[in-house]
Amino acid sequence: MREEIIISGRMNPGIDPVLTAWGWEIPVYLFLGGLAAGLLFFAGLYYLLGKAKKYPAAVRKAPVLVPVLLALGLFALFLDLHHKPYFWRLYTTIKLQSPMSWGAWTLMLITPLSMIWAALHIREWFPNWDWKFQWLRDLEKFFSAYKKQMAWAMTILGLILGIYTGILFSAFNARPLWNTSILGPLFLASGLSAGSALIMLISNKHKERRVFAQIDLIVIAVEFFFIIHMLMGFQASTQVQIDAAQIFLGGPLTAPFWIFVVILGMIVPAVLEIMELRHFKIPVVIPVSLILFGSFMLRWLISNAGQLSRYLY
Amino acid sequence: MRYAMAIDTKKCVGCSDCVVACQTENDVPIGYCRDWVVEVTDGTYPQLETEIRSERCNHCDNSPCVRCCPTGASHYAEGGIVLVTKNECIGCGACIQSCPYDARYTHPDGYVDKCTFCMHRVKKGMEPACVAVCPTKCMYFGDLDDPNSPVSKILKTRKFKVLAPEAGTKPNVYYLI
Repeated sequence: MREEIIISGRMNPGIDPVLTAWGWEIPVYLFLGGLAAGLLFFAGLYYLLGKAKKYPAAVRKAPVLVPVLLALGLFALFLDLHHKPYFWRLYTTIKLQSPMSWGAWTLMLITPLSMIWAALHIREWFPNWDWKFQWLRDLEKFFSAYKKQMAWAMTILGLILGIYTGILFSAFNARPLWNTSILGPLFLASGLSAGSALIMLISNKHKERRVFAQIDLIVIAVEFFFIIHMLMGFQASTQVQIDAAQIFLGGPLTAPFWIFVVILGMIVPAVLEIMELRHFKIPVVIPVSLILFGSFMLRWLISNAGQLSRYLY
Repeated sequence: MRYAMAIDTKKCVGCSDCVVACQTENDVPIGYCRDWVVEVTDGTYPQLETEIRSERCNHCDNSPCVRCCPTGASHYAEGGIVLVTKNECIGCGACIQSCPYDARYTHPDGYVDKCTFCMHRVKKGMEPACVAVCPTKCMYFGDLDDPNSPVSKILKTRKFKVLAPEAGTKPNVYYLI
């Protein structure tokens, strides 16, 4: 039997024996970013479709949470940086070839935008809210006139943010498991699914919940298709990618991936949502929690599996 | 100018002198290395072949680390040497993820560190520390654009390979086979 034995004298911390350059921070950031992207996309889209009154949770209530989600995500990202005093360097450069630079600048646009939208709808959560200063009231009035333009920006930037969370990984061709362009659409679908699930949880209108359960079902189906498509793509690719796919097809992360992401994160909540649509009484918090959990686990496992996959040894 | 290195796998004995020389010359923190020795034994018993390679950053022409760096800290310096500017690096780890050779690591001080082809020595007309100390003289360094440089001359006469050419990085460390 032909064998190959490799002995390496390298034992750099964080690199060997297995790459662990990115820990929990990046998956948390990508999960929160994806969820925020989903919420912003639906808020912008349904505002533009003139359904702000019909779907108040999607357009007005849920987006108030977005700045909080983004702030937590950015904090996780900040924790991941090892040379923290220099983080501002991100904003002295525009590097078109670097997905991380794209992400930093997208967040630079989307964070203030989401804050303004949240401020305009803060009374959804705090009905007696009053801006203490006149200039803040003036600003509120000023931005209220530009809601349509903001909704357009939210829809487009939401899509970019959602796709970016996947592209961040897929741009690294050194990690064969990440190096697939399907990760962008897959993470976008996962973010939209998480967003629609959170809207279901926040909404107290039966009709709105039903619509978002239906949207979620479609997105879950698309997401499932992307996962199968991704694994099929690997199987039909180079040896390093065939080996990478084995991590989820019999290798070390097979059980967590199929149990946590596919079964608990997609199939079970989809079945529960179908049952709810058929008028079974299912507490909405159960499918929503499962979807959010699955959405996080997808990122967590793809992050770790990517770091397990290598070109050399 | 295009700096490159050629390493003779037939002459390398895996003594790790290059590793120690680099650690000393560049003040590499304890427990880390910018270059390292790999031994690959391949074949079917008893027909086995062992290749010994001294590996390091390949200073690629198409460096994914330079491409993905969000701040421009990773950059091409004179002669195509890939360097990291310490006080521009945010320590995000993107370049570490992007390197198919896993040649980079996070320095305990936070920035990302790696082989510089001993640029401070090369500027003075000296060889990189690893090349200078090699007891079997298995390493060749120089300018590929200069046909009389040691590296150009040896690559003209010997068969060679690069590591993971399929990664598309166009590496500048050649292994004589």
